[in-house]
Amino acid sequence: MSSKTTDRLATLYFWASGIVIILILAWFMIRILGEGIPHLSWHFIFGKPEEIKAGGGVGPQLFNSFYVLILSLVISIPIGVCAGIYLSIYAQKNWFTDLVRISVEALSSVPSIVFGLFGFLLFANLLGLKFSILGGAATVALLNLPVMVRVTEEAIRTVPESYWEASLALGSTQWQAIRKVLLPAALPNLITGITLIAGRALGESAILIYTAGLSVSRFFPDFNPLKMGETLSVHLWYVGAEALVPDAKAIAQGSAALLLIVVLIFNMLVAIPSRILQKRLSGGK
Amino acid sequence: MRWVFVGSAALVSAIIFSIIVFVGMQGLKTFQGVSPLEFFFSTDWTPGQQKFGAFPFLYSTLMLTLVAVVLSVPLALSGAMFMAKIAPKWMREILRPATDLFVGIPSVVYGLIGLTVIVPALGKLTGGIGYGILPAAIILAIMILPTILSISEDAIRSLPVRLEEASLALGATRWQTMWRVLLPAARPGILTAIILGMGRAIGETMAVFMVIGNSPQMPKSLLDSTTVLTTAIVKDMGNTSYGSTWNNALYMMALLLLIISLVLILVIRIVAKRSEVK
Amino acid sequence: MTTNLATKYKIKADKLNLFYGENHALHDIELSIEQGTIAALIGPSGCGKSTFLRTLNRMNDLIDSVRITGNVSVDGQNIYGTDSDVVSLRKRVGMVFQRPNPFPMSIYDNIAYGPRIHGTKKKAVLDEIVERSLVQAALWDEVKDRLHKSALGLSGGQQQRLCIARLLAVEPDVLLMDEPTSALDPISTLKVEELTQTLKDKYTIIIVTHNMQQAARISDVTSFFLNGYLVETDKTDKIFTNPNDQRTEDYITGRFG
Repeated sequence: MSSKTTDRLATLYFWASGIVIILILAWFMIRILGEGIPHLSWHFIFGKPEEIKAGGGVGPQLFNSFYVLILSLVISIPIGVCAGIYLSIYAQKNWFTDLVRISVEALSSVPSIVFGLFGFLLFANLLGLKFSILGGAATVALLNLPVMVRVTEEAIRTVPESYWEASLALGSTQWQAIRKVLLPAALPNLITGITLIAGRALGESAILIYTAGLSVSRFFPDFNPLKMGETLSVHLWYVGAEALVPDAKAIAQGSAALLLIVVLIFNMLVAIPSRILQKRLSGGK
Repeated sequence: MRWVFVGSAALVSAIIFSIIVFVGMQGLKTFQGVSPLEFFFSTDWTPGQQKFGAFPFLYSTLMLTLVAVVLSVPLALSGAMFMAKIAPKWMREILRPATDLFVGIPSVVYGLIGLTVIVPALGKLTGGIGYGILPAAIILAIMILPTILSISEDAIRSLPVRLEEASLALGATRWQTMWRVLLPAARPGILTAIILGMGRAIGETMAVFMVIGNSPQMPKSLLDSTTVLTTAIVKDMGNTSYGSTWNNALYMMALLLLIISLVLILVIRIVAKRSEVK
Repeated sequence: MTTNLATKYKIKADKLNLFYGENHALHDIELSIEQGTIAALIGPSGCGKSTFLRTLNRMNDLIDSVRITGNVSVDGQNIYGTDSDVVSLRKRVGMVFQRPNPFPMSIYDNIAYGPRIHGTKKKAVLDEIVERSLVQAALWDEVKDRLHKSALGLSGGQQQRLCIARLLAVEPDVLLMDEPTSALDPISTLKVEELTQTLKDKYTIIIVTHNMQQAARISDVTSFFLNGYLVETDKTDKIFTNPNDQRTEDYITGRFG
């Protein structure tokens, strides 16, 4: 076979693989949304679940998902950004910096179920929180911490050094330069990172089984973070794997579609302002 | 202000250490109730009779990861090469967000698809019930595809242009250039991608749980119900009481998962160091 | 009659224009180069000499926004014609780049790369080609004991001669050299210049250089480019002692550039 023919065949093959990947994704989306959306009624989205009868909703679970999300972001973003600032600006070539870097890498490789067990040991057991939304949020925060650190470090590194130098040359302190110049300039990339970890927080289940628990509070909405709080993804797993109610499959499908839609909306809601911000920062190019 | 930053960085280190210590200590308590030999090599897992042979879980974890990687890598690498060198701009604009979207789908949703579509399909195809390593591997392959693809793509893209130029200037076709020059040159980055994909596959719990069958036995085929390390923990945790050997054994499995992940990170660092300096 | 005229020249550019998008980079270039000569292209930075060189083996095809009108013929055939084959063109017309770009493979594999992709598989044949090319590139003695070591371990000058050897292995007719010594030290530069002199008999060489002394030293014919125009082409001696165009004279005497 001549090299030309091989080249053409190869090109065809690569196009095919690209298309196959898109098709798999499309099929997924269509399947999930197609089977789940019919079950999405007002009652389903906001109603209370049933233990034994059919017709339950996922209102409390949906609420808990967002509650956990927000709490975990409140914990992971400040710590992650500060650690990222340390690594990109203050870190010098010493053992401590190496230690921190290896720690971030190691933390990012920990499987989620190990986080779950750790969260149980630390928050539920040692700190006596039992199953709680707070414990769950804190553990999810641990999961997202390394991503936030890495995203912050990269975001700050891509800000041109000249901004930093200009600020210092005008007599600012380092903290002022960070707060007023670097962080705002790094904001679009930071937001992208936050979207990433928010998606993970919404979809996380293995961690929350052991920290936030498998049942929901009796009244809704319950803002007490010390109460047990099953989230939507945990509920999806529970209903899908251990079907107790007769319409378990429908609930699972509906929950899956709902989860997906929430993640998608979140992505879009954050991506659009981020793009606008980016355009404004780069002078509208 | 500076100390806030240093403190945050130190906190990160403290966290990973406490994880290793907490999980490790709890897990090592297992050996108060069962010998390491039995734990690692016995295939009999009957906690009711104080039998804690975790070998089936280790074996199935290995099998599952291997099959998932074998299924995923060819398509992922092809996609990576496509996106890095062949796809026109408009195609990349579609594929990039598409692979990002893949990553955003929660694992339980993957599990549900596995449960409602792949398991029944395999069941019809083979006449069995359809659970086992195979459906789990298929789902995992799709889950780790975006990881392997995007890191490999970055590796290929970051190769210096002059390598490609040199090859083309000698009269090579695009395929010859990719196969003989670019892929070998990007090998460290691609290896890293595959190892990271492996790490994800080993640590995945929920999706696997829904399709693998969950009986604690050695699988006799790819379509035989079995359990892996992650699902063993999820399945039994609720039935055990804190402090019992059974419970500790689950922590031991978590420790094993942790160690495997850390070893993989180490391997990646070694691969990165040994790659040729350009 | 026209056939004779056409094949007298190895390379002929006819009313060649090149556009990068809206930017008109080369204007109506007319240049004919005879077989077996060394032609130097000189001119200030950005004058289009490298761009022109890259049209001769269609390396500009790699850039999306490039548009070409006019005609470039090699051995009388238009290389931009619809039925012309880029792959075999590049086999006949080879290129050496400014920065040495050996593959991250062994010295042997670097040289064998060209023959291998064009179908040669037999080890004995490849061995012979590798030795011959390295001898031609005056590199054989220096590397014959480490053929299977990585090419990246060679010095800059050696790497550039390796790239030339790699090129010679596919047996081209024409060698295009894009500032081949600008990244090298003086001794390596001298070695590469000596190399071009020995290769002159068998090959047609076109060399882009910003070093006028180099052009004067090694070439038979010199062309002066300015702002995308070919100002003047003539025998090297004449260009450097008594050019026709005032701009050429200004450049050569250092009034600008």
